[in-house]
Amino acid sequence: MGVPSEILKETQPGISFYESKGRFHGLLGWIFTTDHKRIGLLYLLAILFFFLTGVSLGFLMRLELIAPGPTIMRPQTYNAIFTLHGVIMIFLFVIPGIPAIFGNFFMPIQIGARDVAFPKINLLSWWVYMIGALLAILSLFTGGGPIDTGWTFYVPYSLRTTVNVPLAVFAVFILGFSSILTGINFVTTIHGFRAPGMTWFRLPLFVWSIYATAWVQMLVTPVIGITLLLTLLERLVGVGVFDPAKGGDPILYQHLFWIYSHPAVYIMILPAMGVISEIIPVFARRTIFGYKAIAFSSLAIASVGSLVWGHHMFVSGQSDLASIIFSFLTFLVAVPSAIKVFNWVATLYKGSIEVEPPLLFGLTFIFLFSIGGLTGLFQGALATDVHLHDTYWVVGHFHYVIFGGTGFAIFGALHYWFPKMFGRMYQRKIPYLAWAFLFVGFNTLYFPMLILGWEGMPRRYYDYLAQFHTLQLISTIGSWILITGLILMFGNLFYSLFRGERAENNPWGGATLEWQITSPPPADNFKKIPVVDSGPYEFGKV
Amino acid sequence: MEEYRDTTGSKIGMWLFLLSEILLFGGLFILYSVYRFKNPSAFHLGAEELNRPFGAINTLILITSSLTMALSISSVKRGDRKWSLIFLMATLCLGFVFLGNKYFEWAGKIHHEIYPNSPRLLERDKGEILFYGLYYSMTGLHGLHVLIGLVVLFIMGALILKGKVNEAHFIPLENSGLYWHLVDIIWIFLFPLFYLIT
Repeated sequence: MGVPSEILKETQPGISFYESKGRFHGLLGWIFTTDHKRIGLLYLLAILFFFLTGVSLGFLMRLELIAPGPTIMRPQTYNAIFTLHGVIMIFLFVIPGIPAIFGNFFMPIQIGARDVAFPKINLLSWWVYMIGALLAILSLFTGGGPIDTGWTFYVPYSLRTTVNVPLAVFAVFILGFSSILTGINFVTTIHGFRAPGMTWFRLPLFVWSIYATAWVQMLVTPVIGITLLLTLLERLVGVGVFDPAKGGDPILYQHLFWIYSHPAVYIMILPAMGVISEIIPVFARRTIFGYKAIAFSSLAIASVGSLVWGHHMFVSGQSDLASIIFSFLTFLVAVPSAIKVFNWVATLYKGSIEVEPPLLFGLTFIFLFSIGGLTGLFQGALATDVHLHDTYWVVGHFHYVIFGGTGFAIFGALHYWFPKMFGRMYQRKIPYLAWAFLFVGFNTLYFPMLILGWEGMPRRYYDYLAQFHTLQLISTIGSWILITGLILMFGNLFYSLFRGERAENNPWGGATLEWQITSPPPADNFKKIPVVDSGPYEFGKV
Repeated sequence: MEEYRDTTGSKIGMWLFLLSEILLFGGLFILYSVYRFKNPSAFHLGAEELNRPFGAINTLILITSSLTMALSISSVKRGDRKWSLIFLMATLCLGFVFLGNKYFEWAGKIHHEIYPNSPRLLERDKGEILFYGLYYSMTGLHGLHVLIGLVVLFIMGALILKGKVNEAHFIPLENSGLYWHLVDIIWIFLFPLFYLIT
């Protein structure tokens, strides 16, 4: 990767981390790096690639669904595509997403450290991620072809379908290691590597969110590890733990699967909320309202969120008592999320607001995530869930929270931290245009799904009744508008990488530590480890 | 950047990793508890069929290996390279014997045609099929961890020989010891659950 460092050399006097000389040079200097900033960028490249792959798969799905009956593919192909769309978006994009890219790049700087606790393990995490990703791609072309089980791999179908379940499941198992190692690394770093004066309650809220996420990553990922391992064993030797003919119970599979996969969505959303907590104070020029409430709410979401998995199984046949308890806990976990939303809004109140691109995406997060969260309540209530389970309502819900939530937070993080990471500023008008396409496209794509689900259209269906046609058509058109927005947004950022104006060290006037060093940062982050004597959102000193 | 060492951080990282390992086995223990609850007499029968003396000997072997592991670490801390290697070799041998015993146990069962999906096993009560499914999965996963542990300890032996692990820098050996103790503790749970509880 000679080109970026060539370009970036002329933008910054002094040595940035792009030019630092380690044991290796050129491309090897990147794939054998132990610098958390380079690793963050390696993740950025890979994750963006998989995001765009997932978007393409979504685009194809929407093309197929533009009209009832076959349009551009056969049913088997459709099943494979929606499965891959889910697997890629979830395991290769959103779960690693913010922690791997921005957590890696910025958490050490924000706590005043030179790197993470285990830099080599950090590199290993990236290598394992790449290996898992490659295995997943390999599974598309080998042994029976791409999986068609849905990203949830439910038994008994996943045990019987002749497609390449073993390799795909094994790929996800490998990806889990990446997540676990990152979790261990981040918890240790945040405990042990904070600069003098950086007390827990002076940490940026982004760090708090990464911290809570890291615990979840570390503790629940092994559970899907064992679940996938058992699925493999079941297919290969027929152990019987999920097979009723041998005394097993397929519902136990669902329990084990969701014990991970529900906390996984908190892995997805907590860092996103952390990003919003960074952006709002800076662009309202006010300290965050209720710092401790937001910090503790991250921990509350992580812990209570690990107890609600049964809300994916209300219609599975589990006991009413279990369902009632899970429903109650689900409503409980909405409270800390709501606290965050209220505190962000309260921070904006009477602030000196500048709607720069990061804030625009941040505000959009609040709006879209709130819609998604509210639709979740309908699913959390037992009676209404009976009608909504496995319908398009659920699809609308999770796209609002994950895409409208984490997705837009990632867009916001990109626009917030771009000048710091690359030493360049992007063209400032295009993000607003891109945003308009993204916002209109997103809602046109996903709001109809809420209505479709309400009207009873099941999810994962290749074909549908004529009465659903209009809304499906609108949804597909929405996908085209959305994709236009993505092209505009990423096009602008990519262009600005090479032709953008040189960025200052602190273009937004942030008070957290990353804005007190050069853009891009030097290799070891700080000339001298800072001694911290103020909070992360005190703007009087900036 | 100069290389620096952080023993506290290293140890914290290892403990966190062990915590994640416990969660990994935890999923299997959940399955075991649910299926045991549903099939108490079948699990009882299964336990009676397993070779208790074999299992007990294996337990003793593993506990002793934890002792030799700890002794190896304290030898390194004292700067006694010879004895640290001797105790490490002892740990390796004991671990190897454990795996050997496991092999014979499994071979015995397989010879009697009791293994996952075997026609003989499928004729039996569903609870017994589950018992053996869990038996093979859990002791198998455990055995894999023992094997990995042996590889790690072998590497530690090489590092001690080269002098890279010594009384000034022994955290890799300590962390390996922690891992080995975890493997031991998991077996200490597996043994009663599969061989003893009736």
